[in-house]
Amino acid sequence: MSKETTISKVPFKGTAEEEKKLREVIASWKGKAGCLMPVMQEAQGIYGYLPIEVQKIIADELDIPLEEVYGVSTFYSQFSLNPKGEYKIGVCLGTACYVKGAKEVYDKLCSELNIQSGGVTADGIFSLEATRCIGCCGLAPVMMINDDVYGQLTADKIPAILDSYRRK
Amino acid sequence: MEDLINLKINGIDVSVPKGTTVLEAARQANIKIPTLCYLKDINAIGACRICVVEVKGARSLVASCVYPVSEGMEVYTNSAKVLQSRKTTLELILSNHERKCLSCVRSLNCELQALAREYGVDEDTFSGEKTKYDIEDTNPCIVRDNNKCILCRRCVAVCNHNQGVGVIGTNNRGFATDIGCAFNMDLKDAACIGCGQCVVNCPTGALSEKDDTAIVWNAINDPSKHVVVAPAPSVRVQIGECFDMPIGTNTEGKLVAALRRLGFDKVFDVDTAADITIMEEGTEFIDRLKNNKTLPLITSCSPGWIKYCEHYFPEFIPNLSSCKSPQGMYGALMKTYYAEKSGIDPKDIFVVSIMPCTAKKFERGREGYMTDGLADIDAALTVRELSRMIKKAGIDFVGLPDEEFDPIFGIATGAAHIFGVTGGVMEAALRTVVEVLEGKESEDIEYRDVRGFDGIKEASYNVAGTEVKLAVVSGTANAGKLLKMIKEGKADYHFIEVMACPGGCINGGGQPIHDAYTRDTVDIRGLRSEAIYSHDEKSVLRKSHLNPVVKEIYDSYLENPGSHKAHHILHTTYIARGK
Repeated sequence: MSKETTISKVPFKGTAEEEKKLREVIASWKGKAGCLMPVMQEAQGIYGYLPIEVQKIIADELDIPLEEVYGVSTFYSQFSLNPKGEYKIGVCLGTACYVKGAKEVYDKLCSELNIQSGGVTADGIFSLEATRCIGCCGLAPVMMINDDVYGQLTADKIPAILDSYRRK
Repeated sequence: MEDLINLKINGIDVSVPKGTTVLEAARQANIKIPTLCYLKDINAIGACRICVVEVKGARSLVASCVYPVSEGMEVYTNSAKVLQSRKTTLELILSNHERKCLSCVRSLNCELQALAREYGVDEDTFSGEKTKYDIEDTNPCIVRDNNKCILCRRCVAVCNHNQGVGVIGTNNRGFATDIGCAFNMDLKDAACIGCGQCVVNCPTGALSEKDDTAIVWNAINDPSKHVVVAPAPSVRVQIGECFDMPIGTNTEGKLVAALRRLGFDKVFDVDTAADITIMEEGTEFIDRLKNNKTLPLITSCSPGWIKYCEHYFPEFIPNLSSCKSPQGMYGALMKTYYAEKSGIDPKDIFVVSIMPCTAKKFERGREGYMTDGLADIDAALTVRELSRMIKKAGIDFVGLPDEEFDPIFGIATGAAHIFGVTGGVMEAALRTVVEVLEGKESEDIEYRDVRGFDGIKEASYNVAGTEVKLAVVSGTANAGKLLKMIKEGKADYHFIEVMACPGGCINGGGQPIHDAYTRDTVDIRGLRSEAIYSHDEKSVLRKSHLNPVVKEIYDSYLENPGSHKAHHILHTTYIARGK
């Protein structure tokens, strides 16, 4: 049975300029002990995420297996395999939101968008993150889409909210 | 003089060199400390916590596999605290382990199962959530069942450090941690060479060979098929271990008898094909040497090595010998020479090989391993798969009489027998090449410089006025090192032998599996290799070109080594693959 890969479904849009920058970063670190993490951090700074195309360049240039780079990228939650969407959704799964039903809201977002936390829709419009407390427990359960805050959510309110962004 | 450290283990005085770990010090004193993730010279990461011991004065139990000895240290390996800790650790491991032991391919040969029994664990102490993985069986050589993985990382270490491949590693974290390929890709899509070193280093049933026994049983039971079988050189000195015979026992006669009793129509010998390989590869070498063609020539018997070269060093493809491996030559000659000679339609011949190797399963499916539209080999079984068939058929292997191979393709020389160990192909080639180049019989035919288990061996012999420089490497990481040196102009050879597995086929990915303690305390490779060299010494014929069957095949069918017909049947091509 074949597994589903974690290669981002959003097409890679890296530019020649970004690649030049990445190669310069790698060249400046190459040969130094423990250089993989800082290279990956700077690479994510350039591209916003670490797709297979970028991880392959890092692996080739540092002469280490791709799997080693990937292993590190999946160990630390700061590294992302997917780009952020045009609209970044953050669902609070902090204590107050959770007891007020944030799990149902989160599950609804997953099923509507067909992605999990850390994922992005194939069209690049929405990305989803499960977050900790975002500081407006009085409105629980809460989510943010870019800078907009949505409070007192229920799962059935989700489709209309998503549609309002799709229409933008 | 080495600095010796004095310590007490369970009250016994022990002196060991500085830097020794507590675990190794205990083993030298014949005190067994159980392990799961530790594997001497391959993996020492203190991850599984089974090897914990009590050190007087230490704050907590320590992992003995990574804890160095110190002067005056007092160690207790079996205190009540230690035993309770190990039992709890085992129960925690089992809490997320698929305990389908009855149907597991590694049952009774599983290090986790053995420890669970020794420590009298309760399987259900911690029953809770379990991770669930699909079994990954799309690679033609290796099956991964992460439900049985204990995250010891022995496979990761051997793939990375010994084989220089590194396509598997530890992904994700915490409870979601798993062993797999980058971006969750299937092993078949990664630059895996199929060597199976991960399988023989796995303590449980998480990794196993792709089981092809069913298609062989079907062929045997199909009256329209003429089923022939042949074992590779090293198989005869390994398979006895599956039946509790001492390591390093040559059971060639019993192996032949067992194969006949399984119902194969003919029992042949891949060693005969190994002698033919020497004729073809030797001829190729002499041609390249005399006519200033691409050198060094690099051997092509080991399919793990071939795939490694195709993935990681495609620039050396022109250096690879165009010869098929002995498995390929055997299969191709079955469906051509043997078919013609026995009057059987090659389409009705089902060719089975018994290999110490999982990569042979991939090689079998290579496009270049077909002759006149038919696959040379129809099934390649590992030693382990064959032993399971023999057990299933109720054959008492140990009690079998010695029998001989069917003579049409069953006579081999000592040169072929030594193909199973690192340096063997080179030595076999030299025995023939030197005589051809010097035009006279050579007295001294033992090339001891190419023997032994060093990862990279070099030798130089004056042959008919030319200084011929040779290298022999085993373990693909060593092959990578050597090829890099050649690329950088730091090394230069005429002829190189590469075997993918460290030590050669006697340590192949399809061999019988031994637990970490046996591997640490018994020189398994050494014993198997002694059996091989002793077989060679006792052989009447020790040079491939003297094999009467080989002479007959050339005289009556192939014409000459390197002939057009020989090329059509016995040679192949390679392709560059990405990383």
